[in-house]
Formats: sequence, C-alpha cells, structure tokens
Amino acid sequence: MPENPTLELQDVAKAFGSVLALRSGTLTVFPGSIHALVGENGAGKSTLVKVVAGVYRRDAGEFRLGGESVDFGSTAESKDAGIAVIYQEPTLFPDLSVTENIFMGRQPVGSSRRIDKPAMYGEARGLFQRLGVDIDPRRQALGLSIADQQIIEIAKAISLNARLLIMDEPTAALSGNEVERLFAVARSLRDEGRALVFISHRFDEVFALCDTVTVMRDGAYISTDAVAETTEAAIVSKMVGREVDDLFPKSATEVGDVVLEVQGLNSFGEFHDISFQVRAGEIVGLAGLVGAGRSEIARAVVGVDRYDSGSVTVAGKRVRGGHPRSAIRAGVAFVPEDRRQQGLVLESSVARNIASVIRSGLSRSGLLTNGVENTAAGPWAARLQVKTSALDMKAVTMSGGNQQKVVIAKWLATNPRLLIIDEPTRGIDIGTKAEVHRLLSELAGQGMAILMISSELPEVLGMADRVLVVCEGRITADIPRDDATPENVMRAATSFSDTEAKETA
Amino acid sequence: MSTTTLVAPSAQPRVTRIVTAITRSRELAIALVLVVILLAATTKRHTFLFSHDGWRDTLLSPSILLVLAIGEMVVIVTRNVDLSVGSTLGISAYVTGKIFIAHPGIPLIAVFVAGLLVGAVLGAINGLLVTIFKVPALVITLGTLYIYRGFLTHELGSGRINADDFPANFQKLGTQQILTIPVLTLIGLFALVLVGYYLQTARGGRELYAVGSDPDAAVLYGLPTGRRVFGAFVLCGSLAGLAGVFSVARYATAFSGTGLNLELQAVAAVVIGGVAIFGGSGTVWGAAIGAFLLITIDRALPILGISDFWQGAVVGALILGSICLDRLLSMRRTHRLIEARDDA
Amino acid sequence: MSTTADRATAPASSRTYPAYSRPWVLRTLLTREFAVIALLVLVYVYSSVNIAYFDSSLTIYNLLRDNAPILMMALPMTLIIITGEIDLSVSSTLAVSAATAGVLVKEHSVPIGLAVVIALLLGCVLGALNGFLVAYVGLPSLAVTIGTLALYRGLTEGLIQTNRIAQFPPSWQDLASKHLGGVTSPWPLVLVPMVVLTIVFGLLLHFTTFGRGVYEIGNSSEAAHFSGVEVARTKFLLFVLSGLVASFAGIYVMLRADSVATDTGTGTELKVIASVLLGGVSIFGGRGAMHGVIAGVLLIAVLNSALLLDNQGSEIIQIIIGLLLVVSVISSSLLQRIRSLVPRRVPAIRPTNAPTAGDESRKVAP
Repeated sequence: MPENPTLELQDVAKAFGSVLALRSGTLTVFPGSIHALVGENGAGKSTLVKVVAGVYRRDAGEFRLGGESVDFGSTAESKDAGIAVIYQEPTLFPDLSVTENIFMGRQPVGSSRRIDKPAMYGEARGLFQRLGVDIDPRRQALGLSIADQQIIEIAKAISLNARLLIMDEPTAALSGNEVERLFAVARSLRDEGRALVFISHRFDEVFALCDTVTVMRDGAYISTDAVAETTEAAIVSKMVGREVDDLFPKSATEVGDVVLEVQGLNSFGEFHDISFQVRAGEIVGLAGLVGAGRSEIARAVVGVDRYDSGSVTVAGKRVRGGHPRSAIRAGVAFVPEDRRQQGLVLESSVARNIASVIRSGLSRSGLLTNGVENTAAGPWAARLQVKTSALDMKAVTMSGGNQQKVVIAKWLATNPRLLIIDEPTRGIDIGTKAEVHRLLSELAGQGMAILMISSELPEVLGMADRVLVVCEGRITADIPRDDATPENVMRAATSFSDTEAKETA
Repeated sequence: MSTTTLVAPSAQPRVTRIVTAITRSRELAIALVLVVILLAATTKRHTFLFSHDGWRDTLLSPSILLVLAIGEMVVIVTRNVDLSVGSTLGISAYVTGKIFIAHPGIPLIAVFVAGLLVGAVLGAINGLLVTIFKVPALVITLGTLYIYRGFLTHELGSGRINADDFPANFQKLGTQQILTIPVLTLIGLFALVLVGYYLQTARGGRELYAVGSDPDAAVLYGLPTGRRVFGAFVLCGSLAGLAGVFSVARYATAFSGTGLNLELQAVAAVVIGGVAIFGGSGTVWGAAIGAFLLITIDRALPILGISDFWQGAVVGALILGSICLDRLLSMRRTHRLIEARDDA
Repeated sequence: MSTTADRATAPASSRTYPAYSRPWVLRTLLTREFAVIALLVLVYVYSSVNIAYFDSSLTIYNLLRDNAPILMMALPMTLIIITGEIDLSVSSTLAVSAATAGVLVKEHSVPIGLAVVIALLLGCVLGALNGFLVAYVGLPSLAVTIGTLALYRGLTEGLIQTNRIAQFPPSWQDLASKHLGGVTSPWPLVLVPMVVLTIVFGLLLHFTTFGRGVYEIGNSSEAAHFSGVEVARTKFLLFVLSGLVASFAGIYVMLRADSVATDTGTGTELKVIASVLLGGVSIFGGRGAMHGVIAGVLLIAVLNSALLLDNQGSEIIQIIIGLLLVVSVISSSLLQRIRSLVPRRVPAIRPTNAPTAGDESRKVAP
C-alpha cells in the first residue's frame, strides 16, 4: 500500500493481575480501508480495542498512530488524537437526551462559551438523517432499544470526525436493514479516506464490508490477509487452530418425558405469547439476535423476572413467577449470560460460590460454617476441574473459563432436572469451551433437560437437538436438528413483524 | 421496526414545547404545593404574606437553606453527597466573627469574600479526598463533618461571638431590603441563577449531570470526571461558606452549634425538589423551591392550626412523599417509553 | 434440596483442593478488623498506664453504660450496611420509642411493662416502614431514611411537646444503672442484653445462610437474586431488626437518664455509622465483620473516656473520630492501589477475556 498506515500495533501486551488478556496484539490499518479483526471470544480483540481507545495502558509493545508513537492515559487523549470507538455494549447516559449523549464534552458553543443548543440539535438531526433513522433529538436515552442505543453510539462516533473508527461488534443486535444502513455509512467514511476497524463474528459481514482481515487467537496475532484472497474456511481454521468439528461433540440421546412446559408466557415490553417444551435428555437451542428477548424468556422461566401472564411448569409442578427459589426447588438450574454480574459473587470465594445455592441444606441446627461449605464445594470444583490454588480464592481472580466452571459447578451441585444455560461459552478459552460442550452433551445423556441460549450459530447448530428461534420477543421457528441450517435460523431470527409473524420449518 | 425506531421527532414549535415541559415538570408540582401553603396560611392570617414583616420573613427565612441547597444539589447531581455543609457553615460564621473583631471597619464585601474562600477551602478538602482516593463521599464528608465541627468547638469552646462584635451596618444587612426583597435573599437568588444557568448551558454543567448519570460511561467518554466532582465540592463548600456569613448577618451570633444538623435539611430540600439522590437528574430550581417549601411549612403550620411540634413530622412525610412520587413518575415514564418502542 | 443426595451425586473427586490459600495466622492478622482491634488494645493499654483513674472499675462501668446504645444499634446497622443500604433513622426511632413509652406511662398511666412492649412493637413498625420503602418499593435507603429521620423525630416532638417526661418507677430505673454483682463491679446490667445481642447478630451474620445472603446482596444483589437469595425479604427483615434494637436502646436511654426529651439521641445515627465504618465495614456493602465493628465502637468509646479523664474537651474526640473515619477509608483505598501495582505471580500464559468485555448487559434499556 502506498500510504502510511493510520494505526500500527506491534506485539502489544496487557495483563490484568494474573490474567494475560493480550499477549501480542499486532494490527496495521491503512486510511481508506475497512479492516476486519476476527477471533473467538477471549482472543483479546476487546482488550486490544481498549488499549487503542485509552481505556487500558499497554504493558509492552509498539503503538503508533499516523506514524507517531503514542501512549494514551485516558479516553480523552485518544479521542483528541482522532480515534472513535463503538463498544460492544453501548455506554449512554440514561438521564440525558440523545443529542447530549452524542455531543457530551464537546458541545458546540457560541459566544461566552454557552452551549449553542439549536446548533447542537440541528447537527444531531443531520446525523440521524444521514443514518436514515427517525429519532427525536430531544428524547431521553432511557428506554432506547439496544439497536437504537447502537445507533446513538454510531452517530457519536461519526460526529467525532475521527480518522480511525473502531466498531466492536456493532451489528450483534441489529436487523438486516439496520446492518445495511450501518454498512452504507461505513463505506462512505472509508471513501472519505478514514481508517475503520470492524470486529464481527459474522463472516458474511466481513466479506461484504471489509478489504483486509486480521485474525487473532489466544491473545496473539495470527495473520493478516486481503479479504479477496482468502476464504471463510481459511479464516475459521486460523481462528480456531483446529478442525471445527471437534468442538461440538453432541452425541445422540434418548429423549424422555417433558421436563419444562412453558405456555403463553407474556411480559410487557420483553416477549409475547411464548410456548415451548423441553424434554429430558434433550438440548434445545434458543437462537436469535442479541436483544430479541431470549435471555428475558429464560429469566422469566427461572423466576428471576416477573411475567404478566402464562405459566411455567417443571416436571408437572407450577413454578411461581418472580421467585427463583420456587424454580430451584422444582429442580431448575440457571447459568446466566453475564457471569460476572449474575452468575457469581466475584468478591466471594470459590467455595462459597459453589455452595451458594445448596447451603440451606448444609446448615446444622441453623448454623453454617466455612468447613461444611468447603467440604461440600470441593468435590464439585474437582468434578469441573476448576483451576484454583485453594477454595478460599476469590472468584474475581480467576479467568473467564474457570469462572464459568464455578458457575456450572454451583448449579450442578443442586442436582437439577433442567439446566438453562445462557451463552455457555462466551468469553472463555477454546479448551474450556470444548470441556463445556462435552459436559453438556454428557449431562443430556444422563437424562437432564437442557435449554441453551447462544449467539454463536455453530454452537447452536452443533449442540442442539432442536432450535427455537426468537425474534422481537416471539418464537418464530422451531427447527429440528437435521433441518437446521445457518440460513433458516438467521431468516427466522430476522423475520420481523412487518414480514411474517410465524414461520415453522 | 424497519426504519421508524422511535417516537417521531417533535414537530411542535418551541413555545409549545417549553410550555409543555414546564407544565409537566416536577418543579411545578412542588411550586404548587408551596403556593397552596402560602395561600392557605395567608387566608387564615392576612399578615402572613401581606404585612411588612410577614412578606420579609417569607422571603428572608429560607435564604440560608437556599444557598446550602444550591450547593448540595450540585454535589448530589454528580452522585455524591456533602454532609459537612453544616459544619462548614459554622466555621465560616466563626471566621466572619473573627474578622469583624480583628478589623471592625472592614468593608462588607471583603467579609463575604472571606466566607466564600473559607468554604471553598473546606469544600476543596472534601473534593480532594473524594477524587484522589476515589472513596465514597458519604464517609469522607461524615468524617469532615466531625472534624470541622470539632475544630469549631475547639476554637470557640462554650463561648460565642455576639451582636456587639459586629458592626451595625452588617447587622442591618440581615434584614435590609431592596424593593421589599431582602438583600440576603437577593444574593441567594443571584447565586441560584448563576448556578442554574451554568448547569443548563455550560459544558461543565452538563458534564456534572453526565458524571452522575453514569460515572463509568463518563470515563469512557473521556470526561474529566475527577475535576468536575472536585469542582462540585468546591462550589458546595463556597456556598456553605456564604451561608455562614448569612447566618451571622441574620442572627448576629456565632457559636459552636451554628449550623448544627443543617446538612440533612439541605439534602432534604434537594430531594424534595426532585433531584435524584443517585445523581444525573433534577434541577437547581427544584432544590431552591424545596428549600423555600421546607422553611415555609415550618412557619405556616402554627397558623394553619397544626402545632409546630408536628412540623418535623410533616417535613419527613413530605420527603417520603416526594421520593415516592419521583419513583412513580419514573416508572410511568419508562413504561411509556417501552410502549412507544414496541408500537413503533 | 436434600444435601445428602447432592453429595451422593458428587463424583469421587479426582482432585482435592486446600481449603485456604494462607495459613490461619496470616488470615487472621492481616485484616482490617485486626488492625482496629490492635489499635483498641494499644489505646487501652496506653490510657491505663498514662491516665489516672482510667483503669478504675467506675470508668469501665461508665464507658459500657454510656456506649451500650451505640453498640446495640451498630449490630443491625452492620448487616444493613453490608447489604449496601444504610439506616439514618435509628436515633429518631430510638427517640420516638422512648417518647411513646414515656408518654404512655406518665400521661396515660399505662403500666410500664406494657408501655415497653408497645414501644418495642412500634420500633418494629417504624423499621418495617423503612424496610418496605427500601426493599419492596425500591427507593434508595439514603433518601428514605433521611425522610424517616425527620418524620420520626417530628413524631417525637409532637408526642412530647412541652411536657416533662421523667421520674419513672425506681425499680425500672435501677435496671439501667444496676451493676452485675456488687456495686464495685465494673459491669453494668445492660452488658447482658449487649452480649446476647452481639452473639445473636454475630451468629446471624457469620454462621447462617441468612448471613451469607447478606454478604452476597452487598457484593452483587443481582447475582444473589439469581441464586435464589430473597433479596427484598432480607433487607426488609434487617430494617425491622434495626427498628426493634433502636427502640430497645430508646427504652434503655430513657430509663438511664430518667427522662425523655425531644432531642433525645439526636445525632446518634452518625456515631453509630462512624463506628461501623471504622470497624472495617465497607460503605459499598459486601465487606466487614462483627468483631471489627465491636472493636470500632469500643475504640471510639475508650478514646472518648480517656480524653475526658485527661481533661480534654469533647471536641477533640469529635476531631479524632472524623480523622479515623477519613484515614480508615483512605487507607483501604491506598492499600488496594498498592496491591494492584505489585505484580502477582506470573501466570501460565492462558487466554481469557478482558474483565469488562463480552457481555451486552443492558445499560439503558430497562
């Protein structure tokens, strides 16, 4: 390439305590280019992005912007240097208007440094027009859907007029139209000569949008190729470092009686008219876009959230809504999507986390001791092969994969009939991922009913006996294992209400 | 959900929009309560509002709490709290007295500046501790509440600085009026307008809201969160210092108990005024009306036939009522927004 | 869930784990709680040697008698703060309970025993109001209890008005001033309820499933809810307990002073909270221990008593309490920073996700 690169990273490393999140991040992005950064969850992409954004300071390596070596101590510095980042999770101020969210800290000011509100709202309106959305610039950010929050993030990034725009999985929660709109904006930015970095799990998007692709694995750089000269299979094998088939060892099982029966479940603003069954020995996959309502359905089923109407029955017993204890007593275990916030008490020890659901059964004459908890937790930690030096280590010090094992151990200790597992392998390393898949298959083999929510299509297709697809809070398809293809699942996941309400494959 | 994702942009003209905003505002609700109480008390006893003293007291009595509430509001909107304002007020009152004893002929403006400075220094101590060490403001300012008060008691003991120590023109200031409006209240309202204008139209002001709305997001945005929070504490301290000068002007005394327990009243005024205790929303106008309401209730209750012994209970009920109301309103708003989202 | 069955299904362990990563001595000594205890011992020993009459039994008697209400109210407060909430209304609850009992006895000739029971029930009700608003309505406890602080104090003023509530039956007054054993013994009778309550709350916090829930709520109320901890019920119960104990303290204060006034107990809430925080409980919740809190209360009490005997003004103790509070929070923040600077054992290279990445937790959407 003729020009000098906008961004150059060479062997950048970053560790958090005992955890090396990024070993050798290497990335070179040229102006007028859209550069895909791909890798499995936990490959270090997000950490790399946060180093560039100034959220983290690198521990080692070269970081050059426009040829000059830089070292950002804060996000303000990276912003000033012309870097805009759209993070995986939108970070908005819920109390403020969407316009203020876009311009916070750099509002247009008139005389006497007073914020020029008409100009600000006008600019916001212009941005929304360019993005082709119809949003009231004065509207509060509270209550925006994930897709709309993402739009605000994109508007913010565009308004920064940055020379480098990084988008960390911006399409995870977007529908087809919204993705197209985003791509159009991205291409026009590229044509203006800006450099873009695009992180995505969807290869069709990478091939449709990007010109160059860099693969990362295990916190390290693997390769950089021109998109035109590579194939999906080649990228995947570099990402995974082994054959894909090994990953999903789901064996055929005997399907038994109905364990979970959900009928006509409704929750205002979350999901509508949800009915399905899960049988013993069966793994049912719940697919759909992020924000489609999959997790919300799971949360209602296990009683974490209340619902407005409908019923949940586990092994013939009604489960009370809004009451996790009731579901636990009925034999339901729930491994939530956000293990750091929901699955674990991070500041608590491994032993206490594992014993946290069963501890009422552990106390003698009302009293509970560390010793009893340790004795009960030890075997389960061993069963899941949790890597820890002692049972009193805090969960916060562990890697993602190990944390996930602790969460699973905690729930297996309750001897459940039904395991609901939300994003079972998000953010964990490949070795652990395979272990989790093997475990799920084994548990189903032993007659456990499993409901698995996953955003990774290969995982759903590889593991599930049956795929339920959720779109906009409704179940839009119920596809048996043999019929399930990426195409029909994605179609059902994006079959929004304006096209067709129900689709059965 | 294809292209229209949200409530359509408001096509209303500016005036309509502003009128709707005002009529729907939380501040108006609390102002109405204030008006109702004023009306009720005045109907019962004409002199409550329509007499020289009645009119003056209605405006003058809230002036001290008014400036405290303005400062407290700025701190609370950043998701912090300053419990040391009562002690700061006490120290500022003491310093004011000391200055007059040392320099009897000193110009009044210098005394006000001194009060502001003393408050600013004490506020800066709070701000530095909170921002440098990233520790909860509640604990830090609870600590400085004791330290500042202890220092004051140490200096004054059981003694007090009395009316004789203050020049006559300063004492007169306590009740002086311009166009029937007491000077202290005028100064307080001036501070209110300045702070209110800053919060609404300056970048720094909006950043205070942003920091309180989501501190983590504020860091990701690259906002100078530490500097903003520090600034809020300095402002709050300065205004508490100003309130100390007010207190001396009004009561012509300073002793170890000056400003005792005022901190919770200041927080109460802010909460009644519709400012969320966990930051991010509310206005300084609301806090100001809250301060007027608290003091006016105090004065109006005996006239309305309720023994003023029950005044505290009424204030407590008012605080609880207003936070419950806020909760209800925000739940309804969220519900409406979701409905709009789902219908789109 | 039957545990025997659970353990039966747990497979024979292929691997065993040590229960603790550090030896007992280190685990015990290198804690915030132990630092406070050490400081307490230090101050006590220093005062005994250097300050005249400090080690007399009368000093100890007075110290315990005067600080009994603070210690008792600090117990439920500890649990409340560990869940991440706060109760500022305790001193007002104390006052209104005392006023109710006093007014019932003196103005309405209710037998004092009955009046005490009514006052204790009232304490529960007032606590339940706090608890209801915080736990079930979901309002921030800081705002709620500032409101009830004013409300309950207002009720006290309304109840007492200008009346003088004093001169309770001597037999009841004696309860508040009696010594355990002879008159020369340093132990006041109130030590009995103090010790009983301390044991009860200590066991509740450290040795029950309820107590484990308290910590989990403070660390991550969401994770606690997901694992079946009754978050709302736990918080509600704690506020009721806080009201009950504050009300008991109110009766005690009333009998000890043989009077109730509108300002009885004013400002005690801040002293209670200061003691709890000094004892190592984190204001953010999730961290703290009962022995630390007891040491915190006693440290302030001993300092107070020593300084008074040393003819220092009461303001010095205020300044010291304030400084201790500030220094205690700053020191833990500093310690954490220093710890984060010191590199840990170099780990085996193993990929993992960044701490904040990977979860689309919904920040704005409800």
